[in-house]
Amino acid sequence: MAVTVLALIVQRNLFSVVVLAGIYSFLMATVLVALDAVDVAMTEASVGAGISTVLLLGALYLCGGEEAKPLSRPWLPLVVTLVIVGALVYGTLGLPAFSDPQAPFHTHVVPRYLQQGPVETGVPNVVTAVLASYRGYDTLGEVIVVFTGGIGIIALLRRLRRGRTEGT
Amino acid sequence: MRREPVLRVIGKLLIPYMLVFALYVQFHGDFGPGGGFQAGVISAAAVIFYGLIYGLPAARRLVPDAVVESMVALGALLYLGVGFAGLVLGGNFLDYFVLDRDPVAGQHRGIFWIELGVLITVAGVMLKIFYMFAGRGREG
Repeated sequence: MAVTVLALIVQRNLFSVVVLAGIYSFLMATVLVALDAVDVAMTEASVGAGISTVLLLGALYLCGGEEAKPLSRPWLPLVVTLVIVGALVYGTLGLPAFSDPQAPFHTHVVPRYLQQGPVETGVPNVVTAVLASYRGYDTLGEVIVVFTGGIGIIALLRRLRRGRTEGT
Repeated sequence: MRREPVLRVIGKLLIPYMLVFALYVQFHGDFGPGGGFQAGVISAAAVIFYGLIYGLPAARRLVPDAVVESMVALGALLYLGVGFAGLVLGGNFLDYFVLDRDPVAGQHRGIFWIELGVLITVAGVMLKIFYMFAGRGREG
């Protein structure tokens, strides 16, 4: 994965950048499978490696495949990025240790979901039970977010097309 | 890509299985990994694959724009409808226990319908984005 990321940074040809990003997504999916998060891995493989690769290739078809040379050396964004990365890494130090059974999120509602979930919902897959039943409101919010994104894209691109035909 | 016989044949062979796999992911989501989001993306990917091989107009004939746009809204409405069905039957919003006499069967029914709503909206939005992006170069 580190090799892929380095190649992504160095690469100037956008076509290979898109393909490398797809490879990175697949590697990420294998990491998630290794962490037993099969549902997330499936989403990562289908959305990150599949759909977004296709959409980025479509965008490349519209705007050309070579990265433009930067006009100036932007030092400020680099500093800001490094500071944020440092803050995030510092934040991870405060998290509980990996797979620590005494971590707060393992002692709050998780035991109840794991014990009562199959009994109350009759669904063996706990991820589905939590996503669809216990956290139904949150999933509704996600669907609304996806819906809003689609509506926004329809509104933006439709208007662009109409404006262009009126202008010519 | 209209003259690529290998791609066309492979596409014809693979696309039915992709759609069946999407349905499997959707309806087997209770037992294995998967659910509405993944199934929606996979079924949209099958149609996008078809569009890449046979051209955008063919995909638009297969799944017209009007259908895709109504899918975007229909899924969200179905999800909300399940929520209000819980209200009408005397429970809380998105309460599945009241959807059937047996609470566990009610849970199954509620989860089935909202996953279907998720599938419809996600597949619709993905397809619409693809149509919009792929159609711009030619029509614009």
